[in-house]
Amino acid sequence: MTDPRTRQRQSRATALACLGIVAGMTALAFAFVPLYDLFCKATGFDGTPRTGASRTGPVSEDRMVVHFDTNVAPGLSWRFQSETPRVEAQLGATQTVFFRVTNTGTVPSTGIATFNLQPALTGSYFVKVQCFCFNEQTLKPGETMDFPVVFYVEPGIKADSNTRDLTEMTLSYTYFASKNGQPQAALATPAGIKAN
Amino acid sequence: MAQAVTAGHDHAHDHTPPFFQRWFNSTNHKDIGTLYLLFAFSAGIVGAFLSFGIRMEMEAPGLQYFSNPQTYNVFVTGHGLIMVFFMVMPALIGGFGNWFVPLMIGAPDMAFPRMNNISFWLTVAGFMSLVCSLFVEGAPGAVGAGTGWTVYPPLSSAGHPGPAVDFAIFALHLSGAGSILGAINFITTILNMRAPGMTLHKMPLFAWSMLVTAFLLLLSLPVLAGAITMLLTDRNFGTTFFDPAGGGDPILYQHLFWFFGHPEVYIMILPAFGIVSHIISTFSRKPVFGYLAMAYAMVAIGVVGFVVWAHHMYTVGLTLQTQSYFVFATMVIAVPTGVKIFSWIATMWGGSIRFTAAMHWAVGFVFLFTVGGVTGVILANAAVDRYLHDTYYVVAHFHYVLSLGAVFIIFAGVYYWFPKMTGRIIPEWAGKLHFWLAFIGANVLFFPMHFLGLAGMPRRYADYPEAFAGWHWVATMGGHIFALGMVVFVIGVVLAFRSKERAADNPWGEGATTLEWTLTSPPPFHQYETLPVIVDEPSHAH
Repeated sequence: MTDPRTRQRQSRATALACLGIVAGMTALAFAFVPLYDLFCKATGFDGTPRTGASRTGPVSEDRMVVHFDTNVAPGLSWRFQSETPRVEAQLGATQTVFFRVTNTGTVPSTGIATFNLQPALTGSYFVKVQCFCFNEQTLKPGETMDFPVVFYVEPGIKADSNTRDLTEMTLSYTYFASKNGQPQAALATPAGIKAN
Repeated sequence: MAQAVTAGHDHAHDHTPPFFQRWFNSTNHKDIGTLYLLFAFSAGIVGAFLSFGIRMEMEAPGLQYFSNPQTYNVFVTGHGLIMVFFMVMPALIGGFGNWFVPLMIGAPDMAFPRMNNISFWLTVAGFMSLVCSLFVEGAPGAVGAGTGWTVYPPLSSAGHPGPAVDFAIFALHLSGAGSILGAINFITTILNMRAPGMTLHKMPLFAWSMLVTAFLLLLSLPVLAGAITMLLTDRNFGTTFFDPAGGGDPILYQHLFWFFGHPEVYIMILPAFGIVSHIISTFSRKPVFGYLAMAYAMVAIGVVGFVVWAHHMYTVGLTLQTQSYFVFATMVIAVPTGVKIFSWIATMWGGSIRFTAAMHWAVGFVFLFTVGGVTGVILANAAVDRYLHDTYYVVAHFHYVLSLGAVFIIFAGVYYWFPKMTGRIIPEWAGKLHFWLAFIGANVLFFPMHFLGLAGMPRRYADYPEAFAGWHWVATMGGHIFALGMVVFVIGVVLAFRSKERAADNPWGEGATTLEWTLTSPPPFHQYETLPVIVDEPSHAH
């Protein structure tokens, strides 16, 4: 019906369109990384706390217990503690809690903290006004630093059917040896274990 | 069904190239199809040996054959990856797809014959890379990747410092590239090279199933490639896509993996849907019931298959609303699937049924796939899944749809098309005996896994408490019966090649209406030098 040359042209066009789809999907897979990050930050998905300015709205009578959990990943000889294991936070009221890190090792080392909320569903109602996470800190041996975390719990948590019945949440921090921090050689990574 | 009035005939000058040229530099779709089928069979033997190791170990509590349970996990991983990427996909897509899509749509060959050759050898190279991964260090002090076929970090990154996981990732890259090129070839062939008069709505259902499958491959495999590339750079180049130490999230890997992984299960089963439609129609001597509904049910399954991925991850902490959505969307897939099962039964209804070997396998498939589908609907419930997640119930479910679904149709396809592909005849008794051994064996093997899963037996453990011993023993016995069936299959094929009996061009009679039956058995090296013209026969509905 169609002559071979037309058919060949059509085939080539179809194949190119298919290649376009493949390229587009590959790009989409990589675009998922920043998009997922944005999505988590915007929605509090998977226990990602929101960041925001300090709050001036009304304060609720309801309270929630916020536990603080501090961890140091293997490969970093730091001590990491919060000044209090928990606070009873009035919903909507801004709170400040100090966290203390000490380098107990013998070499200067750089750490970076990540955080998560459990239950993960509370992420969207936990708003951090100020925090030290994702800032690299370099501590000399024996050096100690205090970092404030300023936060409030959005009163809307009591209006959401997913979280209405919760009375407690846990804010968990983990300090990792910074992977991208310079200089790498100074990192207290034990030999034999791949840096990760 | 539409019928060809002028089919191409072979000509006297139908010469074949010399051996090396023909099988290593092959550009002929039938030869490449044969290569794919032989490759799938060989890889299937390797995968089957791995599963044999699994079943032997699980026959009794305690560690019998594996001194290191990590090695057991390597066997599980190898079995899964080989069966998915190097057995089912090459057999159904590369094998039957290459052989019969051009024949059924009246095309002389695939659109890009040389690219077809590249697809095949990329798949072989991928398999080699996977075999290499079995012999290099993975987890500290053990060889091979024991990550499961899902390759989740952090187990696949922090947990496997050795290069085994890198080899496994390369295996997926290579076979994925091969599959993408193959998919482009199928889409181009089907969209541009159909015989005059064969509109999309007259196209045989197997070609439809391959078209949908090719689109699924095109849309999902690049996402897998992206995810495992990120894993590779996380492992080797210090990126932190999935590493919380740098702000990454391992859950992101699960989202990316299952965005590919769920369409992948339809990639494996849709070609089987296409084949079973032809077999049931042929041996019921009736056109397929509800042709258009059958075609568009496959399209619907493909489309909805892309928006249900998180039902594999109910336990990662999704909100109730998110889980509700994924439960609902997952259950929606039961509707087009139900349309297909209904239509297969309606095709048989009132038909003049002949229970040939191929028909045994096809009817067995419809029954067993339905069982697997029902357990799928149960697992789709987020609340139930809390209890059954990562238990043997899940193992039973996906083996019912894959081992008893896709694999049954691979054998059905072999028994149905063997006379066409080789011109020889496997004795019917061999096909039927093979079927009954496989049917009984596979049910004895996998049905007890439902009980084990409900009782709490987790996946991917080399050892278990005494309480699970009984059903594990039964399952292993089922595995032996299934293996016996494979011996019968090999005997049947050997007998076919030793016998002097030759197959007719159309050995199945008037029920077989698709174009491949208008050619000789085996078809000429180059077919359709005069393109067949499709005309409507008003007496036959589609």
